[in-house]
Amino acid sequence: MAEVTYLEALRQGLWEEMERDDRVFILGEDVGIYGGAFKVTEGFVKRFGEARVIDTPISEAAIVGAAAGAAHMGMRPVAEMQFIDFISCAYDMLTNYVATARYRAGLPTPLVVRGPCGGYVRGGPFHSQNVEAAFFHTPGLKIVYPATARDAKGLIKASVRDDDPVIYLEHKWLYRRIKEQLPEGDEVLTPIGEARLAREGRDLSIISYGATLWKSLEAAEQLERDDGLAVEVLDLRTLLPLDDAAIMRTVKHTNKVLIVHEDTRTGGLAGEIAARINEQAFEWLDGPIMRVTAHDVPLPYAPTLEDFVLPQTEDIVKAARWLAAY
Amino acid sequence: MASRTAPATQSPPIPAGLSRDQLLEIYRYLRLTRTLEERLTALYRQSKVVGGLFRSLGQEGESVGSAYALDRGRNRDFLSPLIRNLGSMLVMGAEPVQILRQYMAKAESPTRGRELNIHFGDLERGYLGQISHLGDMIPVMAGVALTFKLRAEPRVALVYIGDGGMSTGTFHEGINFAAVQRLPLVLIAEYNCWAYSTPPAKQFATAHLADRVRGYGVPAVTVDGNDVLAVYEATRLAVERARRGKGVHAVEVKTYRRKGHAEHDDQHYVPKEELERWARENDPIDRYSKRLLDSGWAEQADLKDIDERVRAGVDEATDACVDEPAPEPESALPAVYASPATAERLWFRGL
Repeated sequence: MAEVTYLEALRQGLWEEMERDDRVFILGEDVGIYGGAFKVTEGFVKRFGEARVIDTPISEAAIVGAAAGAAHMGMRPVAEMQFIDFISCAYDMLTNYVATARYRAGLPTPLVVRGPCGGYVRGGPFHSQNVEAAFFHTPGLKIVYPATARDAKGLIKASVRDDDPVIYLEHKWLYRRIKEQLPEGDEVLTPIGEARLAREGRDLSIISYGATLWKSLEAAEQLERDDGLAVEVLDLRTLLPLDDAAIMRTVKHTNKVLIVHEDTRTGGLAGEIAARINEQAFEWLDGPIMRVTAHDVPLPYAPTLEDFVLPQTEDIVKAARWLAAY
Repeated sequence: MASRTAPATQSPPIPAGLSRDQLLEIYRYLRLTRTLEERLTALYRQSKVVGGLFRSLGQEGESVGSAYALDRGRNRDFLSPLIRNLGSMLVMGAEPVQILRQYMAKAESPTRGRELNIHFGDLERGYLGQISHLGDMIPVMAGVALTFKLRAEPRVALVYIGDGGMSTGTFHEGINFAAVQRLPLVLIAEYNCWAYSTPPAKQFATAHLADRVRGYGVPAVTVDGNDVLAVYEATRLAVERARRGKGVHAVEVKTYRRKGHAEHDDQHYVPKEELERWARENDPIDRYSKRLLDSGWAEQADLKDIDERVRAGVDEATDACVDEPAPEPESALPAVYASPATAERLWFRGL
């Protein structure tokens, strides 16, 4: 066992897939000699060469489009968005071209688009975004969002091996903050489409993913300590497709649900999750399904502003208390 | 006609290393493109075509001439057509019955009724269907060419763009990426004078599409797009250079869109005399036929024979599929993903 950070776990996973399968190659901005803006691909060009670690122009649509063309021809491309905020420049390519390729034309399009997302890092409006909701609405795409080092590794490996296009969202606030013992040699694989019960409880469920998974866990500990509440926490891990079974299991176990995400509220994933609970487990609810999310504003730069806009542990504690008392 | 009696020894040499059989094969693809589209027009008027109908009238020459320059066959060169490149798909091996089924949205169509018109592909025959978002196929075909380069396969990818499509961001991102990577990609830039109702003067500020492409370090030539053999020869040169590792090459073809954007479009924005002039003086099939005959490379009877066989083939294809069923409604659900295999049927359909 070796202790690795979330970022190192992701790097390991990518590295192992490159070693395992010579169809896998990386393309993106500054991924070669520089090793990527956050050093995820550090050392890759030396090991795998410039043909398999391709520095591209600043052209997100070309990066994703070229990945799609290569995927049709039997390759397994992994495209990096330097910051996930720039994936919007490839929105057309992903939603119109990539997502529909299998359905409309029977084209295999196994590719991964990955990149650092999320706030709490003073990155301002264009280096802090969460983009899952923009793609969640598109049939044909899969979206994964690991919260732990194990899943950072397990999900990148599963994404590379998946026969469908996968958007892999990695939280930059977690990159070097999370450390975990991971087995060496053993295959770490996280199945796409399966949520993980991160903490058991009976009083109330928090459903979350990404950075707010850790804030939810912190809140759960505080609630147990201060209020004697047993809070269950579900880590979604895969956002598309959602693990309905795991969601309904926790709802039926605790009968109260708080959905927590870092993304803004309107049109965010919490709305869809609430709708599904309403459809599939209405009679199991003992209270309204509540949301803790970012406020509906672009993410501002100043620490005082960013901290106000984003959901904090204290917000989750208060919301859970309110719901527990309902 | 003089050519019919001229002895073969007095014929000018056939250009571009083509054989007489190949010249006739090119003629057959030209005739097939036009005859098939005329059949589609008839089916459209009978309301048997489900959606719009896009004609390539006047552009058959550049579509066929360019595609004919590729190495064709299983796992050879690769192209991606636009809506007015039916001829290029036929050259690559698309079957008339597939085109007819697509337009009529039949269950047995290549996309099983999921996509329109000629938006379909065949990875083995070597063509990839476009999507409606112009420019998107440039990065995608760059990715196809990138794969050839990564695998060191001596294969070439060819992609079309129009005078309108070249205004999109994806075109510029894609061609620049391909140029930087020196990919075996050939661009056919179609200057057909109309992007829906918009003329080139409102689309870009250079005289030629080739001028724009050269800015990316891509060698580009401009040819008469209605001269089939000129298009073939220029494309062949570009393809050979791309195959030898010389990077992206472009051929601009000057041509003219003689029908509206689609059949519904009455072209009121086009000067009538301009349309008539192109039809009268510059039809690619008329010009090619005349050249074959004048040069003594073919007899009138050869062409007539091809015309008749093409018509019979299109008749047969039409008869084979016109009464075929539409797709079953629930066949809309499978294959959004490799896994899960099918999308969920919603609850209200079970009520």
